Amino acid sequence: MIHTATQLLAWTSIAVVAILAIAGEVLIARAMHTVGDLDAIMARSGLRGASAAVISSPVFLLGILCMALNFFAMLYTLSRVDLSLAMPGVASFTYVGNAIAARIFLKENVDRRRWIAVSCVCVGVFLLTK
Amino acid sequence: MKHRLSPAQYIVLAAIAVTSALGDTFLSRGMSQVGKVDAQHLSLLFTAMLNLNVITGVLLLIVFFGSYMAALSWVDLTFLMPATAFGNVIIALLSRYWLHEHLSLSRWSGILLITCAVGLVANGPSRTEHSPDSDPFAGPRDLTEVDPGIGI
Repeated sequence: MIHTATQLLAWTSIAVVAILAIAGEVLIARAMHTVGDLDAIMARSGLRGASAAVISSPVFLLGILCMALNFFAMLYTLSRVDLSLAMPGVASFTYVGNAIAARIFLKENVDRRRWIAVSCVCVGVFLLTK
Repeated sequence: MKHRLSPAQYIVLAAIAVTSALGDTFLSRGMSQVGKVDAQHLSLLFTAMLNLNVITGVLLLIVFFGSYMAALSWVDLTFLMPATAFGNVIIALLSRYWLHEHLSLSRWSGILLITCAVGLVANGPSRTEHSPDSDPFAGPRDLTEVDPGIGI
């Protein structure tokens, strides 16, 4: 019973870390697409103009908040779950979740080639931690 | 239209993989020198900020985040993901050839798979083309441009 509860806590915390990472990355990606090509903005208005364009985006700030929460959730997870389980678990969930979220929220064309790449990355990260 | 990246943009992608891998490695090395931080020893966090490895790690991660944001402004998130994962390969190769650690067969297989993923995605388009009507990033359209009025 205790073992089941521990397992549930471990997978729940891994899922929370992954969800926060996905939310953060998708929000930042959306903000950066909206802001436009940073290289062009820097050429036009310099580093200060580019920084102002990024920081004035509420979507970007929300993304940063999610990434900050992800950082603390990861610290909590690492204090409860073995690194050998947490690292590949979070990475795999995040890669697959990002692909799904990018398709739904960013309307990216996640074709067969990208799905195969995501699968290769998930298995590859798992093998690297062995 | 198939988006292709310029050599400078590929350098930014390489910088993402290298700086994330090296930044994490330097941070991890620095924190292991500083010692375990807990609620009773929070002041150790300030000591950590004076550690040369931690400072180098933080600087590298700042470069990583800047490059990552710049890349997200011209490529898809799903195009960028394998590039960030390639940082794991760099860490594994550094541990093999710099630290002379042993790499098992499963790790070599992982390196091969992630490298294949990067090659696969890099050969495809870097950005999804959105038509103006379906562009999820387009703001509200100016009605005076699209609605000439009923009966005209």
